Amino acid sequence: MKRELPIAITFICAFILTLQYFIPHRSFEIMYEISNIWIQIIGVFAMILGIISLIMLHWEKIKHKKENWGFSIVTLASLVGMSLVGLIASENSPVFEWLYNFILAPISATMFALLAFFIASAAYRAFRARTVVATILLLAAVIVMLGRVPIGSLISFGIFPKMAEILVNYPNVAAKRAIFMGVGLGAAATALKVMLGIERSYMGSD
Amino acid sequence: MSTDPGIWLAAILTLCIFSFLYKDNPFYKFVEHLSVGVSAGYWLVIIIRQSLKQTFLDPLIQGQWQLVPGKLGIFLLIFPAFMGILLFTRFSNKWAYIARYPIAMLWGIGVGASIPLSLQNYIIRQLQATMVPITFNSWEDVGSLFIAIGVITGLVYFYFSKEHKGAFGGAAKVGIWILMIGFGSTFGFTVMARVSLLIGRVIFLMKDWLGIIS
Amino acid sequence: MGIFEKIIKLDRRIIFLVIFLSVIFPLIFKVNIPINITPEVRNVYNLIENLPEGSVIVVPCEYAPDTMAELEPMLYAVLRHCWEKNLRVVACGFYVTGVTLIEQEIKYMAKQMNKKYGKDYIFLGYRPYPAAVINSMGEDFRQSFPTDYYGTPLDSLPMMRGVKNFNDTKLVLTINATSGVDYWVLFGHERYGFPLAIGVTAVMAADYYHYLNSGQIVGIIGGLKGAAEYESLVHHKGLATMGMSIQSFVHLVIVLFIIIGNIAYFVIRKRKGINR
Repeated sequence: MKRELPIAITFICAFILTLQYFIPHRSFEIMYEISNIWIQIIGVFAMILGIISLIMLHWEKIKHKKENWGFSIVTLASLVGMSLVGLIASENSPVFEWLYNFILAPISATMFALLAFFIASAAYRAFRARTVVATILLLAAVIVMLGRVPIGSLISFGIFPKMAEILVNYPNVAAKRAIFMGVGLGAAATALKVMLGIERSYMGSD
Repeated sequence: MSTDPGIWLAAILTLCIFSFLYKDNPFYKFVEHLSVGVSAGYWLVIIIRQSLKQTFLDPLIQGQWQLVPGKLGIFLLIFPAFMGILLFTRFSNKWAYIARYPIAMLWGIGVGASIPLSLQNYIIRQLQATMVPITFNSWEDVGSLFIAIGVITGLVYFYFSKEHKGAFGGAAKVGIWILMIGFGSTFGFTVMARVSLLIGRVIFLMKDWLGIIS
Repeated sequence: MGIFEKIIKLDRRIIFLVIFLSVIFPLIFKVNIPINITPEVRNVYNLIENLPEGSVIVVPCEYAPDTMAELEPMLYAVLRHCWEKNLRVVACGFYVTGVTLIEQEIKYMAKQMNKKYGKDYIFLGYRPYPAAVINSMGEDFRQSFPTDYYGTPLDSLPMMRGVKNFNDTKLVLTINATSGVDYWVLFGHERYGFPLAIGVTAVMAADYYHYLNSGQIVGIIGGLKGAAEYESLVHHKGLATMGMSIQSFVHLVIVLFIIIGNIAYFVIRKRKGINR
């Protein structure tokens, strides 16, 4: 029951859902439509599970006074505060929107903006024309960097944008297509392994 | 300079995060943890009020599910919620295995829905687009030939069951050059993306907060 | 330690400072550089331009504040174009932390363009698992979205009368910062066959040109540059156009850093070779 039943559930669901592509009958269509809503409903509970896990993690840190436990209080207090405002008032309430606009939005926007500094530093340190392959990588990056901004056109009389366009539309397409074909084959093989119960890592250990 | 307390709060939080550029510090850590808490709280509100309520609670209260009318519909609506609740057995050591049932269902549905489409999208459509007639009437045709050669050599590079020697090794070498151009392009675009995000924050600080620019 | 060794081991905080200053400098001393339009952006523009008045276009937005600097100007430019052409917009958000942001942006733009909710546009709100939502929207929008973001039943909104699923829409233009683009191609375009255009962050753009080449998507608006191009096409220059001169300057500085780093590297390598 611990492993056999989940494998059977996976197989039945996967088999029916695969089959419905090839049997254009209304009963299969309805099954497909119902499964789409089921995924969404189960998905909500999965997300709630994730949030409860987060709460438990920080609660444990506070309880056992682990390193930086004070910051865990910040996390839990802000989580409770934000959710109470949203659940009691509504997601359209001015207070909830204020918290979103002036706390959540600037923080997440700035977190990602930090990456600009690190990528510049990484480009300076790591981009060395050590080998032929590294030189090709470097040149492609520089051409795209200059070709995709207006100044690239000005300093090269339109050559950089044209070169960037060719690089992006031909070698880049070839490279990405080769990669995506590999990804597609890998994904289909893994999906079949899951369906047939060969791949079971999603069940975790006993 | 802005007189809006919200803008001031946002600016202070922004500067706290930028302080990480000098070195890790308590201000950054505070904002980092605040971010996790606020985001999780926001998630909870949206998934309950925007998803659970409308797809599950509302039809349940009304006693009618649009997709399948009647009592069968209500049963079919309660069933996934029951499966969702089973996920919480993960918190018990004894009953944790029960959580595998809903997970198995999610995997099964996901896998079943994606196998035929994945093959069609990632393999068949891409092969179709690569195998185009080449007449050398335009530069696009030369490009198409280049793409075909690039895809073949790229795939050769990823084929590790045969040693990369001789003509095969030569093709693999061309393949890695093509792949490097692809990665280089991605890096160029990545720099562009990250700089754009920084520009957004600097414009906020200079325009909305300090009012230096209009 | 010689000058070149110092250059190689430059403190990263100096690089950070230079990058920060190179953003501020063009912002204060405004420089306008003309923006060239790429075919992939023009394709999207032409498609919308040629749609008949009153057509319904679906605009799923899957991004959050972390990428709004790139995608907000893009959404504004696209909405401006759609509403100038009197198209009707069905918007939704599949990225949980971006729902409020997208709702505010659409509301703001609608106010600017004097558009009425329920008649010219609607906002469906959020649902998890984009693949499943796209599948159910392909059958009937009401399956996943019996009500809109504000809880109003879709049937009571005038613009949704006669709009059942993707068959009743002319175009899907997803503005996206997630792998949801693949879902739109895989579960949307491949299954339901609607024309699909994408607006993505620059970091993602390079990964989707093969879909453009295979004809699975009609166009790509990539990052702030793509947004600036669209702003030029709709003749309304905004934040993206403003950002382009800054972007140009920062890119030049980064390329300069790469060149200096390489010169120092080769000089040191040569010296070491001589010493040996």
